[in-house]
Amino acid sequence: MNEYDVVVLGGGPAGLAAALASFEQGMNTLIIERENRLGGILKQCIHDGFGLIKFKEKLTGPEYAQRYVDKVLACQMPVLLSTFVLTVEKAGTGFVITLVNAAQGVAQIETRALILATGCRERTAKQVFINGTRPAGVFTAGTAQHLVNIEGYLPGKKCVILGSGDIGLIMARRLTLEGAQVLAVYEAKSTPSGLSRNIVQCLNDFHIPLHLSTTITRVFGDNRVEAVEIARVDENMRPIKGTEQVISCDTVILSVGLIPENEIADMLGVEIDAATKGPVVDQNFMTSVEGVFSCGNALHVNDLVDYVSESGEIAGANAAQYVREATPRQLAEIKMSPDFLYVVPQQININSSNRKAVLYFRSREVRENMRVTIKSGDQVLLSKRYVILRPPEMERVRLVIKDGLASNQIEITMEPVKNKEMAL
Amino acid sequence: MKHLICIECPIGCSLTAVKSGEQWEIKGNRCRKGEQFAINELTDPRRSVCSTVKTTYRKVPRLPVRTNGEVPLNAIFAVMEQINAVTLDHPVHIGEVIIENVCNTGINVIATSDLYYLLEEDGQ
Repeated sequence: MNEYDVVVLGGGPAGLAAALASFEQGMNTLIIERENRLGGILKQCIHDGFGLIKFKEKLTGPEYAQRYVDKVLACQMPVLLSTFVLTVEKAGTGFVITLVNAAQGVAQIETRALILATGCRERTAKQVFINGTRPAGVFTAGTAQHLVNIEGYLPGKKCVILGSGDIGLIMARRLTLEGAQVLAVYEAKSTPSGLSRNIVQCLNDFHIPLHLSTTITRVFGDNRVEAVEIARVDENMRPIKGTEQVISCDTVILSVGLIPENEIADMLGVEIDAATKGPVVDQNFMTSVEGVFSCGNALHVNDLVDYVSESGEIAGANAAQYVREATPRQLAEIKMSPDFLYVVPQQININSSNRKAVLYFRSREVRENMRVTIKSGDQVLLSKRYVILRPPEMERVRLVIKDGLASNQIEITMEPVKNKEMAL
Repeated sequence: MKHLICIECPIGCSLTAVKSGEQWEIKGNRCRKGEQFAINELTDPRRSVCSTVKTTYRKVPRLPVRTNGEVPLNAIFAVMEQINAVTLDHPVHIGEVIIENVCNTGINVIATSDLYYLLEEDGQ
């Protein structure tokens, strides 16, 4: 049986960064990827805007991915492509992975540490309760993106888009450029989910209307979509009677959210955070199961790939540290006030040699002029002012963990900035 | 006064532009790029175009491309027409020019993925 120090599941941006970080620490590292090319979802994200933080450049998805792929190829790290992991089991001080591919059939490998970089999956029509028939022509935005950008097929000619997430907005532009007619984007919420810049450059540039507080209530058509029924919704997102309208179209594109993929984590009994739908981790991105790490969109859904890579680097370097010397953990919970949607990591390992934690968080509501404070007992670890906090925009802070914390619990809170302070 | 949203980075600053004489005065930008963006947007709006070109390879039927600079906003569909007229029949590296001086804009269309890599990938 082949033995490795670190095995990375997933060859997207998180997995590539994790594998490189682990390899650079001298670990015998393997990447397992189910597709036949490295790069993950970036392969089909052909639009630009990636890498502004990491490389100070505006790159397309494939260009961003290629920078990491080139490094992986240059160091001749072993990579298993077109390979699917069936099961992972704890065995001794490590894990046994059962995988399947065309070359080996079913095979087993052993590893000391495991990094879960399995990304996220799109919510589908079945998860958003659209009534009506089940004709062809209903696609998730990611599927439509794959068809257009990788396969070269236009999924429809007269499209409506449900959900104003960034992928939906990007696809509105992409379908328009390729000659499809995009009639409108409908968003059930009263504010757009995607970035403002994407509303400008993907919708406004092409005069595509965005209808807020509006949803699709029914799909019509036998073999192919023929029309949709839309309706205005109230504050509780319930359709308002009498506002229904039938829009004739042949395609419905869904951009209604992403969910971290954690089937392997579940198999191993990894504790999952109900808010992120990803594993509960410490600042080394180690999960509740010793030796199992998580990063990228499998950990929590990110807005920017730059942070996905960063989380991969953290997981990779710390998986290497774990393999070298597994010290017992002493975990302090990070308790968040209800103002936050989530905070990652959820715990700090006080015993860890990693004293510089990177924290990602999202505000539950749009809040202006806030001060975010992280405390341990009376000891203030971090205090930072924000002009605006918005749920679609993830924030990142660096937290220095001093020796001898005042309490075994860390608290993160936010409060409005006082007027006197604002004048400064 | 004009209201704009900067598209230079994901922050998306809300900008206001006031014309005083021949000059535009820009407010709301958090960096210098924002000021330049607003002035360009009001005088000569431009965008990058990202798309794909056809290839003759069954394994990789489309190769992603982009303009290596910004083209006038109203030239986007003309640029798309030229991009869609290309059928690539030889492998290229990332960054290689696919269309030179597209629509006389002085901008080139370049490959954003490595076709050599994509074609040989399965063998690894």
